[in-house]
Amino acid sequence: MLSALLVMTGIALVLGAALGFAAIHFKVEGDPLVEKIDSILPQTQCGQCGFPGCRPYADAIAQGEADINQCPPGGDEGVRKLADLLGREYKPLNEEHGVEKPKSVAFIDEQTCIGCTLCIQACPVDAIVGAAKQMHTIVASECTGCELCLAPCPVDCISMEPIAETVENWKWRYPVIEIKRAA
Amino acid sequence: MLRKLFKFHGGVKPATHKDAATASPIVTPPLPARLKVPLHQSIGGTPRPLVKAGDKVLKGQRIGGADGNVSSAVHAPTSGTVLAVEPVVTAHASGLSTLSVIIEPDGEERWIERQPIDLRATPADEIRDYLRDQGVVGLGGAVFPSHLKLKASREKPTRTLVINGAECEPFITCDDMLMRERAAGIVSGIRVMRQILGAEEVIVGIEDNKPAAVDAMTLAVQTAGLDQVSVVAIPTRYPAGGAKQLIRVLTGIEVPHGARSTDYGVQCFNVGTAYAIHEALELDQPLISRIVTVAGNVGQPRNYEVLFGTPMNELVALAGELPGTDAYIMGGPMMGFRMPAFDVPVVKATNCVLVSSPSLFPPPPPEMNCIRCGECAKACPADLQPFELYWFSRAKNFGKAQEYHLFDCIECGCCSYVCPSHIRLVDYYRFAKSEIWARERDKDAADAARERFDFRNLRQEREKQEKAARLAAKAAETRAKLAGESGDDDKTTSSAKPSQAEEAKKALIAAALEKARQQKERAPVPPRNTDNLSADKQAEIDAIEARRAAARQEAE
Repeated sequence: MLSALLVMTGIALVLGAALGFAAIHFKVEGDPLVEKIDSILPQTQCGQCGFPGCRPYADAIAQGEADINQCPPGGDEGVRKLADLLGREYKPLNEEHGVEKPKSVAFIDEQTCIGCTLCIQACPVDAIVGAAKQMHTIVASECTGCELCLAPCPVDCISMEPIAETVENWKWRYPVIEIKRAA
Repeated sequence: MLRKLFKFHGGVKPATHKDAATASPIVTPPLPARLKVPLHQSIGGTPRPLVKAGDKVLKGQRIGGADGNVSSAVHAPTSGTVLAVEPVVTAHASGLSTLSVIIEPDGEERWIERQPIDLRATPADEIRDYLRDQGVVGLGGAVFPSHLKLKASREKPTRTLVINGAECEPFITCDDMLMRERAAGIVSGIRVMRQILGAEEVIVGIEDNKPAAVDAMTLAVQTAGLDQVSVVAIPTRYPAGGAKQLIRVLTGIEVPHGARSTDYGVQCFNVGTAYAIHEALELDQPLISRIVTVAGNVGQPRNYEVLFGTPMNELVALAGELPGTDAYIMGGPMMGFRMPAFDVPVVKATNCVLVSSPSLFPPPPPEMNCIRCGECAKACPADLQPFELYWFSRAKNFGKAQEYHLFDCIECGCCSYVCPSHIRLVDYYRFAKSEIWARERDKDAADAARERFDFRNLRQEREKQEKAARLAAKAAETRAKLAGESGDDDKTTSSAKPSQAEEAKKALIAAALEKARQQKERAPVPPRNTDNLSADKQAEIDAIEARRAAARQEAE
């Protein structure tokens, strides 16, 4: 009787110690789900979802505060991926937050730019180079096409240019089989 | 010497159609009226244009400088005048335009000054840079810059140099004719490559349907007196000319997934590349032309030594184009691409212009469902499961396609060739590959954007803190100064401390008020540019001044 009690107690202690050890040493910092959501989001940092950046939106989705269809740059495919990941029903993009557009980069008309630095302050990825009363220019390779620089520009010298298809980024088309009417 | 040969898995034996074009020697076509030389002709960065419209160029003058190390220069194929540097539809399946230099030849063919470098005295690094600036790229079809392949690995020295003269694709005979006519140059190039790489042994692999080329190469090697160089005839089976397949046949080494042949001490070059290296280093002639087979729907198929930039339709006209042509195919019938137009220029990758006609290459029968027969897996020389890749690519399940090693596919077309359902399998693989590349580019861009966004937030936070700290320090300084001024008279009593702090605060406020008052009272900036004012202008100014004075009074 006593030995049985001792064995059970011993097992309980050992298992408790193991669990306690695991709880401290294998603790997962942060929410891994947020990371996964964040990696699906396009990192445009445009704020069209209503959150200040992709990461806060990912947080909000993980906590159930935001819907999955609020990211226009991610597009339909992004919504599908999020639906897949979270096991939710797919729903079309919420048009309140904007519509999906072809990928573009901002372009500054250097003749019109007055060097006010307002766009530099607005750029979420520091992709605009310039200084006060000096002409500004966009680092096209870093521009995410978020359009946040358009509104603050007092002289409307920034426009969005769709990324052109070149030999380097050209993609083979999906093979389409012609359907012929049977004779 | 008898050498044990190995076999690669799969492969097919299509009709070769090579005899017609090997009946007559290589000829040089007349100069075309215009040369459209695309700047982007090889793997890697697009070269920067070095000339502008109106410039006179000499034959062999560099017109495009290599953009970084993974790139290769481009040269003027003949002397003449640059008419324009503008986008022109290039020899690419996309039909898109790339920046090209358009040259009007002057017919003089004047070379730039040439001075071959001293190979023995030049370090290998400089030879590689020199090759890059001579625009030498792999002429087997992949157009990978050769200088990158000539770098001997530190961990694994190159033991075997494989020279690829297999030329397994039907219709193409440019390497065959090159070996028959210019074997000495090829062997000379082999000697240079061997010296740079430090390879012990060289094996030249040639398919046994080219006995004349085997004989010519064997003779050239004997004449040059090179040892440890063997010319080997290998069984004719498509795609024996694939680098991995040829290495397998000649050395028995099967390069596994994710590895390169250099990891096993083997490097492979095409015979055309060997010849180009000989020309570039020993004759100081940059790569400005290559041997191109014109075959298919033409009266006299043959090989031409063509300057880059020559429009394909002018070349085909020389061979006697027959009626009924519907497209040109660059490359052979198995791996070639349909050209978007007839006047696209010949580029470094053009080994063959195959003139297609509906009677020669009838449109494929309609695609039917995959019946899971497994013929494609039997034919696949890369040991893949083409039907699985097809299902995953068709379903756009790219992750799975990559798991089944989509990127080991060499797009040889054996699977499409044997498919009883006439499925154009390679089209699906090409689609899936370019889609995966695009996704990877997007992912890299997203990661970079995330990093930059995080850094910007960090920077803004830091700037805010720094500003706060600066302001606090300044306030503390002023406070200390005022406390020092007023602290002289009552520093004896410790009980006065709270009142002292209050005093300091009051003094601070007083100082600020004083500063503001001074600012207000400071004489306003005297108006400038007020001489010679007209009477009504003066009246207007007076009225404004009066309004301002009234407003100020009201405010006070």
